[in-house]
Amino acid sequence: MAATLKDATAIVGIGQTAFAKRLPSSEKELACRAILAALADAGIAPSEVDAFASYTMEETDEVEVAKAIGAGDVTFFSKVGYGGGGSCATVGHLAAAIATGQATVGVAWRSRKRGSGPRPWKNTAVQLPTPGQWTRPFGLLRPADEIGMLARRYMHEYGATRDHLFNVAMACRNRANENPAAMMYERPLTREMYMSSRMISEPLCLFDNCLETDGALACVIVSAERARDCRQKPVYVHSAAQGLPAQHHGMVNYWNDDPLSGPAWTAARHLWKQADFGPSDVDVAQIYDAFTPLIPLSLEGYGFCGRGEGAAFTEGGALELGGRLPINTGGGGLSEAYVHGFNLINEGVKQLRGTSTAQVPDAATCLVTAGEGVPTSAILLRA
Amino acid sequence: MTTAEETTAGESLLLPVPDEDGAPFWEYAARGELRVQACTACGRLRFPPRPCCPHCQSFDSEWRRTSGRGRIWSWVRPHPPLLPAYAAQAPYNVILVELADAPQIRLAGNLVTSADAPLNSVDPARLRIGARVQAVFTEVGGMSVPRWVLEKA
Repeated sequence: MAATLKDATAIVGIGQTAFAKRLPSSEKELACRAILAALADAGIAPSEVDAFASYTMEETDEVEVAKAIGAGDVTFFSKVGYGGGGSCATVGHLAAAIATGQATVGVAWRSRKRGSGPRPWKNTAVQLPTPGQWTRPFGLLRPADEIGMLARRYMHEYGATRDHLFNVAMACRNRANENPAAMMYERPLTREMYMSSRMISEPLCLFDNCLETDGALACVIVSAERARDCRQKPVYVHSAAQGLPAQHHGMVNYWNDDPLSGPAWTAARHLWKQADFGPSDVDVAQIYDAFTPLIPLSLEGYGFCGRGEGAAFTEGGALELGGRLPINTGGGGLSEAYVHGFNLINEGVKQLRGTSTAQVPDAATCLVTAGEGVPTSAILLRA
Repeated sequence: MTTAEETTAGESLLLPVPDEDGAPFWEYAARGELRVQACTACGRLRFPPRPCCPHCQSFDSEWRRTSGRGRIWSWVRPHPPLLPAYAAQAPYNVILVELADAPQIRLAGNLVTSADAPLNSVDPARLRIGARVQAVFTEVGGMSVPRWVLEKA
């Protein structure tokens, strides 16, 4: 029995549907299509699947998915909370289940109709009791408003500017322009477009916000031993962590003693403690980008630079291909698709297989992170 | 009476939906008092309110009156798409106020020119991190809700 998750399991299959503002299929159908594509990629029969993991916000239950795809008896299933904070934890949970013998073939997935489906923050007057009573009556209605508050403070404390946020948006858009599957393929972004775009929640403009997407993704995880016999080159789950910091309150971390050091810091400490390498050894990173300010905050949290240095880190093309730390090489949530961060996981796998549309030469290590601002998760992948 | 919070469509701002822990905050607000939960065992203030003290785990608490003074920690200006009552006043401000009595306690609110003024009544040029503000109370849909005015108007 493995005492550690380190390289004990591997992602051996990835699958996705098309990404678009509107897709005709239901979330359930999209989920099944992505999962079957991932299993086909792995060369594993659906009847062999005995573990599932997804998000609490996933509308299609594992019961429905297992029945539809023809899974066998399922011995492990898990759902992770807090929206986009759950993405990497789905992989982490399956890795733990498989490494400890609770299951043998795990499928993690996320299906979402955000482009054509409901936008809860816009159309719903219903208020969650806590902590909504402290924020929503005052007009902090959407995640963009809540992260905008952190962004303003971050800019004030560290001299970060809108140009720094633009660097993030630009890096993601440039990668999407290289990825035919991305929603923003062949749609270049310029600084002028960014600076003159409409505001969503000042200081955040349109291009600081992720896309609205219909689509689904999935990946397949098996033991490292089994992975050696699979069709694809294994991508090992080297380290996995979740992070819910002391005194955290969800998206509005304002009541923490230090709101600018969010869940990323907590997840990062455990992630690196379990790893054989550190931030300077990461070849490429897929960093959760529902909003541009999450990138400098995450760069600091995961130790790529010091506290307050995340904005400056984005200068000089550092996040671009060939830069110090290429990020979100499929285009990320800002420019490929926003499916609660699952596209970042699959893109990490592509990089380590050497099949990305924006391939980092000889990439052997990749950090993938989940939503910062909410209880989060992260994984380190290695080839 | 038609309040500034109502739009022509008759939609109103969201009301606070108190939970068991938060109810006293809103009851004191109805009396025009800004109070914060405090542990009666160790004396530490905590927000948001909760059943027990994260420092000493005591379940005994009281609600301590604050001066209602604070400083702006950060702010945003939301633009549509927004719920109708908010869209009608957009772009408006939302501020986060650090309480003078307890700097680690930050309350979300709106900076207005007077208690009953619209959410967009303050010139955005006056929104500044560090600005001193004072709590005032206004009625929204039968509930008393704190708002903030600049100390130096």
